[in-house]
Amino acid sequence: MDFNYTEEQLALQDTLRRFIAKDYGFEHRRALAKSADGFDRSAWKTFADFGILALPFHEDFGGLNGNAVDTMLVMEMLGRGLALEPYVSSVVLCGGLIRDAGSTAQKEELLPTLAGGELMLAFAHFEPGARYESGHVATTATAAGSGWQLDGTKAVVLGAPSADKLIVSARDGKGISLFLVDAKAPGVTLRAYPTQDGARAADIRLVKVQVAAAALIGTAGNALPAIERALDYANAALCAEAVGIMSALNEVTLEYLKTRKQFGVPIGKFQALQHRMADMVIATEQARSMATLAAVRVDSRDAAERSRSVAAAKAYVTQSARLVGQQAVQLHGGMGVVDELNVAHYFKRLTMIGLTFGDADYHLGRFSDTLLAA
Amino acid sequence: MDLNFTAEEQLFREEVRSFLRAKLPAEISRKVHGGKRLEKSDFVRWQQLLNERGWGAVGWPAAFGGTGWNAVQQHIFDEECADAGAPLQLPFGLKMVAPVIMAFGNPAQQQRFLPRIVDGSDWWCQGYSEPGSGSDLASLTTRAVREGDHYTVNGQKTWNTLGQYADWIFCLVRTSTEGRPQTGISFLLIDMKTPGITVRPIIMLDGEHEINEVWFEDVRVPVENLIGEENKGWTYAKFLLGHERTGIAGVGRSKRELKKLKDIARKETANGRPLIEDQRFRDRIAQVELELMALEITNLRVISAEGEKKRAPGPEASILKIKGSEIQQMLTELQMQTLGHYALPYLDEALDADWQGDAGMEAYADHAASLSGHYFNFRKTTIYGGSNEIQKNIISQMILGL
Repeated sequence: MDFNYTEEQLALQDTLRRFIAKDYGFEHRRALAKSADGFDRSAWKTFADFGILALPFHEDFGGLNGNAVDTMLVMEMLGRGLALEPYVSSVVLCGGLIRDAGSTAQKEELLPTLAGGELMLAFAHFEPGARYESGHVATTATAAGSGWQLDGTKAVVLGAPSADKLIVSARDGKGISLFLVDAKAPGVTLRAYPTQDGARAADIRLVKVQVAAAALIGTAGNALPAIERALDYANAALCAEAVGIMSALNEVTLEYLKTRKQFGVPIGKFQALQHRMADMVIATEQARSMATLAAVRVDSRDAAERSRSVAAAKAYVTQSARLVGQQAVQLHGGMGVVDELNVAHYFKRLTMIGLTFGDADYHLGRFSDTLLAA
Repeated sequence: MDLNFTAEEQLFREEVRSFLRAKLPAEISRKVHGGKRLEKSDFVRWQQLLNERGWGAVGWPAAFGGTGWNAVQQHIFDEECADAGAPLQLPFGLKMVAPVIMAFGNPAQQQRFLPRIVDGSDWWCQGYSEPGSGSDLASLTTRAVREGDHYTVNGQKTWNTLGQYADWIFCLVRTSTEGRPQTGISFLLIDMKTPGITVRPIIMLDGEHEINEVWFEDVRVPVENLIGEENKGWTYAKFLLGHERTGIAGVGRSKRELKKLKDIARKETANGRPLIEDQRFRDRIAQVELELMALEITNLRVISAEGEKKRAPGPEASILKIKGSEIQQMLTELQMQTLGHYALPYLDEALDADWQGDAGMEAYADHAASLSGHYFNFRKTTIYGGSNEIQKNIISQMILGL
């Protein structure tokens, strides 16, 4: 049992912490959220230089052989900085799909450029009307010549507006398959928009989109296990991001309690507020424990154990994040509901994390159903 | 980052397990698993069996007759004992007064008292709270007046757990009324057989006799039973309250009770199906399990930080106490709720180990009899040991600096 990061991990954490403090301040981030791209392309290059875009991949494909604990510490720091770059969608989710389901040729083609920051990807998977069900895919893949034709609609594809290529899930006669699709391919239409937390996403229509046989990732009809695994990785990463945000939010809230005066004393002298703050700290420590569990178990080869742990963590972290986010706003009073303070932005990001790739009820249900098996 | 126990630790766990299989008396573990009443003799016998193995005092340094185990080993031991249905080793001697005697007692006191705690000869109880001094402990008024080679003690203590069996009581007494309330308190060890001591039962809401009032009327206590210096007792008292870390979360016991909750939810039926198939109820079990999973890891984080001596056991123990007690209460509440109508009967005799149940009440005898009583009894957990509100004060002040 060991709850410490290695020297190497600590060094990376330190690098990211300094980057966030120096080059990714709140005002910079606010401006980025309103910019055309919605994120900082030079920061993405810096991430490549730091190696974090290469972290989860094997060295044979330009990667650094990192594990999910490495991703956890990166996500915690990106959370603290409210980083807008599509790290989870491009690196964790799509990178994970290619790593786990792609052919050697696909890995050789895609992973080094992904790791180098030249290629950005988005996972076009969820569809309107099916909420979080990972196995619901109505988009069709039909054989067309030597390749495939894709038709369907994809909902709220995170990072799509900046993606060079999309990984599209589609159903053929046998099951669900994954296809690599150029984002600008004929028949692909994006309806792009910002999200509540300042990131970018799009709904995507696919009409008679033609892809070559080589665009198929893995074997036809067998993609669901890889999709579920990739979503577990993404959720474990989101748990860590949420913990980073909660820690930062607790720090700013504590500072506010110590400096804001009413009735002649700092408001942190009031017990009603002290106990609320204590609840937030407890919730964050417990959430950190669950995010750690998710990071360690998501690498497990046992799919049932992996899913059960991640579902437990995402449900719990989301509940904790709701408490911490809402109470941080409440304790800041009027200052908690204005755009100019980071508090509201942390709160919005926490809230959106809780609604991304399954909400607390969805994951509690997944976990709860495992009690039937035992 | 690694959540697995080392091979060495797993071997240690095996060693504890095989000891428990061989030595824990079946009639005792049956009582613990079934929620039946435990006698004094059950606690003492278990302490003696542990002592024979050299495991009487798992949290103590070897120099005082303890095992010298580290925090992780103690945690493993706790977990296995709970799972096997061993009675709780009562904390009053082992985990409360003993560390104070080790840290602040003189060699004569150490030689006199410590061995008799390990071998189960002496049963200790606690004399902290008073009717007028609960969370505000420093306001205590039980007086000890020095007269030559003894103190004369007058006053009243309350919430005294299992003092009806006790040989000794450790007391906070007022030896001075000068200055701040904290500065006039001393720490005295008092023989319960001393004339002038009266123990009166307080019956709890579950109908059981677990706690007492203890009255002191001109009780003569030899000066040699004073711990450390006169008027320094508050320091020792705080040391005592802040000392015990492992086990405060009660993770092992709660894991056992969660398992029991699931077992009962499989046995009880609703609409002709096992209760656990009722999604509304199952989700509530799942929610408690999430809390417990998180607490287990938080607990291990605290333990491993202690093990590395990176920091002294600190106020994060308050987090363990708050979460641990809340989880215990949630578990007892859900256990009670599994029973439906059968949560209602109050059958005093059903808590006796040999009660088999009347005709038609076999299921009640099997697992139901103790559950409502436990729910009521466990409301104490968020109140004792520094109420959870006091714990939040500690977090606000000691961790957050508010």
